[in-house]
Amino acid sequence: MAMSFEWPWQYRFPPFFTLQPNVDTRQKQLAAWCSLVLSFCRLHKQSSMTVMEAQESPLFNNVKLQRSKGHLFLLPDSSLKYLWRKAEGRQQTEGKLPVESIQIVLEELRKKGNLEWLDKSKSSFLIMWRRPEEWGKLIYQWVSRSGQNNSVFTLYELTNGEDTEDEEFHGLDEATLLRALQALQQEHKAEIITVSDGRGVKFF
Amino acid sequence: MDRFVWTSGLLEINETLVIQQRGVRIYDGEEKIKFDAGTLLLSTHRLIWRDQKNHECCMAILLSQIVFIEEQAAGIGKSAKIVVHLHPAPPNKEPGPFQSSKNSYIKLSFKEHGQIEFYRRLSEEMTQRRWENMPVSQSLQTNRGPQAFEDLSKLMIKAKEMVELSKSIANKIKDKQGDITEDETIRFKSYLLSMGIANPVTRETYGSGTQYHMQLAKQLAGILQVPLEERGGIMSLTEVYCLVNRARGMELLSPEDLVNACKMLEALKLPLRLRVFDSGVMVIELQSHKEEEMVASALETVSEKGSLTSEEFAKLVGMSVLLAKERLLLAEKMGHLCRDDSVEGLRFYPNLFMTQS
Repeated sequence: MAMSFEWPWQYRFPPFFTLQPNVDTRQKQLAAWCSLVLSFCRLHKQSSMTVMEAQESPLFNNVKLQRSKGHLFLLPDSSLKYLWRKAEGRQQTEGKLPVESIQIVLEELRKKGNLEWLDKSKSSFLIMWRRPEEWGKLIYQWVSRSGQNNSVFTLYELTNGEDTEDEEFHGLDEATLLRALQALQQEHKAEIITVSDGRGVKFF
Repeated sequence: MDRFVWTSGLLEINETLVIQQRGVRIYDGEEKIKFDAGTLLLSTHRLIWRDQKNHECCMAILLSQIVFIEEQAAGIGKSAKIVVHLHPAPPNKEPGPFQSSKNSYIKLSFKEHGQIEFYRRLSEEMTQRRWENMPVSQSLQTNRGPQAFEDLSKLMIKAKEMVELSKSIANKIKDKQGDITEDETIRFKSYLLSMGIANPVTRETYGSGTQYHMQLAKQLAGILQVPLEERGGIMSLTEVYCLVNRARGMELLSPEDLVNACKMLEALKLPLRLRVFDSGVMVIELQSHKEEEMVASALETVSEKGSLTSEEFAKLVGMSVLLAKERLLLAEKMGHLCRDDSVEGLRFYPNLFMTQS
């Protein structure tokens, strides 16, 4: 059961949905967006997405964003609240990050190593809340810890086997796993091989 | 021939025309000179000769300078002449066609006749000597005459020379920038400015300024001091333009002249300055005005209200919307505010991205 997602305070802050012209401000804004995308995808176990989906997703659309004048302050629990004065009237409007800005956020994620385009036309992408190198490290640590160097595993075993139930990488999607193993391969710590009905990996 | 002086040919008060004759040639002694076709006028005071082709060429001698006259009859191929013997020229004589001459007489050749009558009348005037009884103005006595128009065209020629000279010197300065001291350069530039010639060497010092723009800048400083103080120390250039032209009523300023004058404000160390924002909006501010400090108070105002549009802010603070927007944009540039740009318009918020970790 997925726990309810807790939106960060920026999600209720209208300027979050406008790409900031001030360079320093923009840097902070983009960092917040990247963080939000990754935690959202992690919670919803979403490893890939199309740009269309992204545009429609609540991730980039806050349908309940409030814009009207009111005293704005941050509560101790980091949620953003409006305190209304007199009867200024509520305005429910939409906070929608424009598609060009979404592209900029995705590009930021790609630069950081958390995103990979799945096609040339950049219509769908792989999203990895942990970078492949980080996953590779975790997997290798488990392999070493359990003294299973020189063992061979199928990909399925790694992510769905009983032995890995307590591990973070348990349930990891194949696309990300493959990239994690490729990273280890680069370091000569593993080798991706073909097994009976699919792929597997040998650790060194 | 050196007794003649240039004249306008106009008769003075108390001077009367006696007779005139066309087609008269003058000889310097026996020599033919360039004055070969003119109108000879006899007045009570002078003998005036005006060139028929060039009316501006006009000269005269005083009758008092004539010692005696002779007639010379016409011959075959020769016109009748009058020989005029003259006293020496006075030392303070006004300028004329000849500085010196070895002859003490001239000959007047009447190519279109009229010598007989002219001689008769000239003799009469010489006898009567009416000039002694009818004093004329000092200028006539000294044979000056109104020379204003002559002077003007000569002045124009001189001015043209001066401008050419200035330009050539200015170019030399430009080329030899290193060899000329700053002091000399400044002095030379000020000479140019006083002649109304725009500084050709460095436009930056005075904009494309001239003496006119300098004066205008000083005027503006006087006119705008109080209005600026009333408007919180800052006004857009369009507001200034309207205010100044309304005050002038006539002889309106062109926008170009206003801008050029304003560009000189800072250089002239006047108490106001021209400032151009990133957006291109131009304002005049008092030197004492610190827009960056106003930003701090703008942040307070926005924070108090949660968020504000330029119009809302303008109304609250009592500024024009244009200047209100510039202040908010400056605050954003400085990182104090951030923006929310939606279908509802542009709103500014305190920059929580920076203040919240």
